Amino acid sequence: MRGSTVKHRIKWGAIAALGLYAQLGWAQSDPLQVRSWAAACSNCHGTMGVALPGMESLAGVPRDELVKKLQDFKTGRKPATIMHQLSKGYSDEQLEQLAAYFAALKK
Amino acid sequence: MQRRQFVGSVAAGSAAGVLGLAAGCAAPGSGSGPKVVVVGGGYGGATAAKYVRMWSDYQFNVTLVEPNSAFVSCPISNLVIGGSKTMADITSPYDNLSRRHGVNIVRDTVTAIDADKRVVRLAGGSELPYDRLILSPGVDFMWDSLPGMAKPGAQEAVLHAWKAGAQTLALRRQLEAMPDGGVYALAIPLAPYRCPPGPYERACQVAHYFSRAKPRSKVLVLDANDDVTSKGPLFKKAWAERYKGIVEYRPKHTAVDVDAATNTLKFEFNDDIRAAVLNVVPPMRAGDVAFKAGLATANKRWCEVDFLTHESKAAKNIHVLGDAIQIAPGMPKSGHMANQHGKTCAAAVVALLGGGQPNALPIYNNTCYSFVSDEDVVHVSSVHRYDAAQKTMLAVAGSGGVSSAANELEGKYAHAWARNIWADTLA
Repeated sequence: MRGSTVKHRIKWGAIAALGLYAQLGWAQSDPLQVRSWAAACSNCHGTMGVALPGMESLAGVPRDELVKKLQDFKTGRKPATIMHQLSKGYSDEQLEQLAAYFAALKK
Repeated sequence: MQRRQFVGSVAAGSAAGVLGLAAGCAAPGSGSGPKVVVVGGGYGGATAAKYVRMWSDYQFNVTLVEPNSAFVSCPISNLVIGGSKTMADITSPYDNLSRRHGVNIVRDTVTAIDADKRVVRLAGGSELPYDRLILSPGVDFMWDSLPGMAKPGAQEAVLHAWKAGAQTLALRRQLEAMPDGGVYALAIPLAPYRCPPGPYERACQVAHYFSRAKPRSKVLVLDANDDVTSKGPLFKKAWAERYKGIVEYRPKHTAVDVDAATNTLKFEFNDDIRAAVLNVVPPMRAGDVAFKAGLATANKRWCEVDFLTHESKAAKNIHVLGDAIQIAPGMPKSGHMANQHGKTCAAAVVALLGGGQPNALPIYNNTCYSFVSDEDVVHVSSVHRYDAAQKTMLAVAGSGGVSSAANELEGKYAHAWARNIWADTLA
């Protein structure tokens, strides 16, 4: 029962993410590559961006909100314990691609 | 024939091909899809097993071979030794991997790998064929470097507690039984070893316990390295301020032998040290299954891999993850990193068996929290990106760092990290 929920979320999350890439015309971005990059966030923020208590979920958070937050971490505008250090490891474009990916996932 | 058709449909277009298959889900863990066997259900292997199932849209057969009935986490295990957590707190079941993700779990040990026939043999007598084999064997110890540890009973008396499980609890019991005023001595091997900050966190945890329960006791840290290998200033501050008079740190102490009968450590250049509780972390290498298969080609200790796929440089169709690999510059041997290896490898295995190409630019991170007390934590973080010219993962310049000071907020994050990575790995 729960297995099918997971499958459902992954399937439709992936479809939604692909749709968004097409819509925004990011022909240069490879959805599977962005999926792999995003999976590196799951250690803390949960598989497919759905976190357990104590960490923020990223799935379904509006893209612009995520981009702003990540940029604020990167520039130091937003205080953090760890995200100001991790966000500096990604280009602005990579952060935008990650934000779009998580925004398209089901909460 | 069915296999060829399947491969063809995935190859039709990496993402679109997978989506095209979504409608016809096979029963969990069965069917005609490619066969992936994963050996070792730690942070690397369990993650790889789950993500190969997920990212193949539940079409690939995944079998996880693991001898233990449950996952016991090394991260947080020092808190069991310090007394603020229990074994139950660091133990998670494997059943979500089978129930939710359709991973076949075989409770057994691999005794041999036939790379030509693509078959692994199990201690229980059966064989498992594979299209791709993923080894996540962790570490085993180089006991030859401490000859006295081969004597009968020595390994039961002098513990490493460097694989979370029975020894974690046994070391806690030794500390509880130690009279106040005793010395706990911890021997640390030369880097690289599993979990760079782990020994120093352990020193803090034992000191925390002594400060509450046995204030006349001492923690003696005997480090083969020239200095603390991770979060040095933060650990030294904790020892100098929180545990003043309890912790003594001595670098450049390379243990060369142990006399378990008298709890005595022998060194290359220094005088013998006798302790009430002796805790020796021996030098280590890639786990036996990879070592015996001849995959530990780096210094006869670690397995060299292609960081795009984690495929062994010594054997086709065999991938190696986690602490067993020859790490890239600046990459720690950590559970967090093993989980990242698991996903990188899973994506590559799904792509390769589907006729596609692996991601040409892996990027992932490491975060590592260390408890300097039962509540206060310091972290180290880093981001690692593939460098095509050097064909390895490199830390991204300007990223990463450590905590400015030990703090309680990160103590809460450390527990949230544990909950989330256990779920990402196992649930």
